[in-house]
This record gives sequence, structure tokens and C-alpha cells, in this order.
Amino acid sequence: MFTKSMARNIFYGGSMFFFLLFLALTFDTMGEIPKRDNHENLTEEVARGKMLWEVNDCIGCHTLMGEGAYFAPELANVYTRFGGSTEAIKGFIKSRPAGGIPGRRSMPQFNFSDTELEEIAQFLKYVNGVNTANWPPNIMG
Amino acid sequence: MQYQSQAVSKYYFTAAIGLFVGQILFGLIIGLQYVIGDFLFPEIPFNVARMVHTNLLIVWLLFGFMGAAYYLIPEEAERELYSPGLAILMFWIFLVAGALTILGYLLVPYAQLAEITMNDLWPTMGREFLEMPTITKLGVVVVALAFIFNVGMTVLQGRKTVINLVMMIGLVGLAVFFLFSFYNPANIVMDKFWWWWTVHLWVEGVWELILGSILAFVLIKTTGVDREVIEKWLYIIIAMTLITGIIGTGHHYFWIGTPEYWQWWGSIFSAMEPIPFFMMTVFAFTMVNKRKREHPNKVAVLWALGTGVMAFLGAGVWGFLHTLAPVNYFTHGTQITAAHGHMAFYGAYVMVVLAIISYAMPIMRGRAANSNKAQVMEMWSFWLMTVSIVFITLFLTAAGILQTWLQRISDTPMSFMATQDQLTLFYWMREIAGVVFLIGLVLYIMSFFIDGDGESATE
Repeated sequence: MFTKSMARNIFYGGSMFFFLLFLALTFDTMGEIPKRDNHENLTEEVARGKMLWEVNDCIGCHTLMGEGAYFAPELANVYTRFGGSTEAIKGFIKSRPAGGIPGRRSMPQFNFSDTELEEIAQFLKYVNGVNTANWPPNIMG
Repeated sequence: MQYQSQAVSKYYFTAAIGLFVGQILFGLIIGLQYVIGDFLFPEIPFNVARMVHTNLLIVWLLFGFMGAAYYLIPEEAERELYSPGLAILMFWIFLVAGALTILGYLLVPYAQLAEITMNDLWPTMGREFLEMPTITKLGVVVVALAFIFNVGMTVLQGRKTVINLVMMIGLVGLAVFFLFSFYNPANIVMDKFWWWWTVHLWVEGVWELILGSILAFVLIKTTGVDREVIEKWLYIIIAMTLITGIIGTGHHYFWIGTPEYWQWWGSIFSAMEPIPFFMMTVFAFTMVNKRKREHPNKVAVLWALGTGVMAFLGAGVWGFLHTLAPVNYFTHGTQITAAHGHMAFYGAYVMVVLAIISYAMPIMRGRAANSNKAQVMEMWSFWLMTVSIVFITLFLTAAGILQTWLQRISDTPMSFMATQDQLTLFYWMREIAGVVFLIGLVLYIMSFFIDGDGESATE
């Protein structure tokens, strides 16, 4: 007969076991991430770029490594998609019309300074260099 | 109502429903922006409206969970709430902080909100679902601590039941895992890895404990089935939740720069995540079939049964659909994800909160159940909202399959924006389903204003 105390033991024992296993995997992951995370290119400039990425809520429209909103293109590989050019990224952001494009989705005009544009582009270049197990499947993101 | 202090949950439930309306209105706005790209641009850009849509969802569900806890914990503990005053105070703090945050999103550009709230001092903003300013996050921690103290003291001084225990574990887990939202390293891989400790371990972990205990409470009350039986089910369901769901976090670690062994761990364990949801469905139906009484509140039972079914479909089946790494490689970050998100949140969390509201609200308003007329209207709202979320999910799934094909599988892949143009028909149909959902929600609210006395039975 399967009793309530058996069910309780499965809950406590099972949860505890798998949480500890999760912690062990997490510990191992912390050791493995530096081999894939492109941290050698994580400069002060990139960090400022990430901050700009955040305070303008870019993730509210775009995905980055597939995470975010699905309204606008994937950006983890935009550096490659734009031909390996930070200039192309900056040019795109800079040229967004303030009033939008009639009837179409449009990125807002953020009026970034040249320094800020460079920081954002460098951030996207850094993200592009992370080893994501060959994701996305193709250049389109 | 057995204890006077349970009445504080009326505040929480009312606020939850109000914010729910806001969530749906903004959902309709972003749904329209998917097809009319310049709708409300640049006044309310997509990212702002989406932030309002998702954050309102989270906040109103939290209001719902807190309301549920304030209602069921005293009843289970067989004593008054430790401090009803503290509960009311925290209600107003949470509501005002939440309202100010939403107004901040809408009234000033997000970057300016970051500046006003001094995000520089401790940058945590601008990450999906955790967009609220750092100061708001701190406010959430204060409210959560006061809340856990309040219900915790009630449990400690009263009868200890499994439902209360599971609820407490869920709530403490909710507070603990929220703390990871304060960690935001510049390293994007580390940022993403730990971000999931809040997001995944909430919705596919501790929130399911809260869900389980609310569902168990409603079933005990409405079916009269022996507590021993229900508690045994509850234990085994939440055991399966955590056994599968904790390592299941790995299904988010496939493509974000984390080691590739997560493709195995994540696929295998998250493939088992539907099990607890399936058990929840079987649980709800079995308990209702074995009922020892005919509770006059038929619609509360309907919501409870609906929770089991829709959580299984939305979280279980639609989750499984794209959780295996070889599939997810192609579907990751497409409309498939959006489809799953909509039905999972509705089926698991929206419905369970509406179930406890449906059960508890009439009692707090002085009757065992609403009049037949009011219940029928609420049943209409149940079906309208549930059927429309099914259609929203089906349309987004269709859009997602087409998107995956055109953009990622075809020999001549199209760009993201060109692909989006091909999906317009599905987005329009999704929007229409969304309007039907809103109609269902309006009926739901109207059902509260239908004369409740009439033929309603007493407890």
C-alpha cells in the first residue's frame, strides 16, 4: 500500500537529490563557461554596450541567442550577418527614422552618441563570438 | 468564511483582476503591432507595451498567489492571520509600487526611467521579465519578506497541514529564487545562466508548488474527499515537478554558451516535465468523480478541472513539442515559444488563480456560492477565454512552424522580416482570438455584479 509518508519521502528525497545534482552540474558549468564565453574580448567598452542594450530594453523586441521578444531580428549573430562590420551595425541604428515607417515595424530612433553607438556595436560583436553550439542554424538568425 | 482575517484576500483578488484587464489590453496592442507595425509608434513602442503585458501578468499572478495564501493559510491553520494589518499595508505598498512602475514604463522612455531610478548604482534593468527598476525589485523583496513572515507565523502558531507546508515551501522558494534577479554580470553567458534561476525555477519549479497547494485546497473544499488522499496526491505531484523540473532547467542551456552536455540533461529531464501536469489532470478528475458532496459552487470546480487539463496541454504538451535539443535547435526563439508561453501561463497559473477566486470570493461576500445566473455567466467566460487561448496557441504554432521552415530550414532561407510578412494571416487570426478572450474577460467581471443571493445555497 502506497502511503502518504512514502509520497512525502519521495518528495523530500527526490527534490533534494536532484537539486544537489543540479548544483554539481552548475559547479562544473562554471568551470566550462570560460572556454566558450569569449571573455577575452569582454572589455570595458563592451560592458558599457551591454548596459546600453539593457537600459534601452532592446530585448523587448529582439532576441539575443534566441531569448527575448520575437518582434525583431535575432542579434547574437548580427555582426556576422552584417558582413563582420561594426560600421554597418552603427549605420543601421543611426538611420532609423524618428517617426517610424508607415504601416511597418520600425526600430525607434534612440539618438545615440558616436561613443554609445561604438559601445553597442562592440557588445554585439562580443556576443557574436560566444560559442553557442552552432546556433542559430543559419545566418538569418 | 471561517476566520475574519481571511477577508484581506479580497483586496488582493480585486487588484489581481484589475491588473489582468490591463494585461489583456496591452496584449491586444502588441498583437496589433505585429500586423500594423506603426500602431501607436513612436508613443508606445512594441518593447514598452510588451513589458507592460508581461510584467502585469507576473504582478497580478503574484497578487493572486498572495490572496490565495491569505485565504487558505488561516483556514488550514485553523486560526486568524497573524497580522491582517500588515497584510493590508503590504497590499497598498505593492499596488502603489506596481502602478508607479507601469506608469514609469508608459510615461517616460525606458532609458530615462533607468536614470531616474539610478539603475547605474546597481544595474538590473532591461532583462526580459525582470525589467522593473532595481528599487522596485527591492520593494518586491520587502513585500515578499513581510508576507512570508505574516503567513509563516500563522502556520507556526496553528495546525500544520500538507497544503500549508507545500504553500510555504513554494512561497519561500519564490522569494529565494527572485534574489538571482539582482545578479547581472557583464558576461552575457553568466548573465543568461543565472537569469534562468529566477525565471525557470519560478515557473517550472516553485510556482508549481503554489499551484498544487491551491488546487488541492479547492478540491478538498469542493469535493469533500478525504484529506489523506488529496495530500498524498499533492506530495507525489510536486515530487515529480521538482524531480523533472530542476534539472529540466537545462533545456534553456542549449544555445547560450553553456557546455553541450546540457543538451542531454535538459532534453531528458524536461521531456518528463509533462508527467506532473498529467498527474494533476488525473488528480482533479479523480477527486471530482469521488466527491462526497455536491458543492453549490459548480464554476469553481470547472476552473479546477480546467487548470489540470490546460496546464497539461500548455505546459506539458506544448512544452514537450520543442524541448528536445534537436527540435529546439530549429524552433528556439520563434513563435513556437510564444505559443507555448501563452497556453502554459493561462492553463497553469491564470486558471488556478481564477479557481481560488471563484471559490473564495462568494464566501467572502457572504454566500457559499453565487446564484445560478452568475455562475452561468462565469462559465461562459471560462469557455470563451479557454477556447480563445487554445486558438491563440494554435495560430501562433502555425506561424511558428511556417517561420521555422521559411527562415531556418528551407534551401533558400528568408530574412527575419521577410518571413514575418508571410505570417500576417496567422497574426490577424491570433488578434481576433485575442478580442474573443477580452470578451470572455468582460463577462467574467460582469459575473461579479449579477445578483448573488437568489437561489444560492448556504454552506
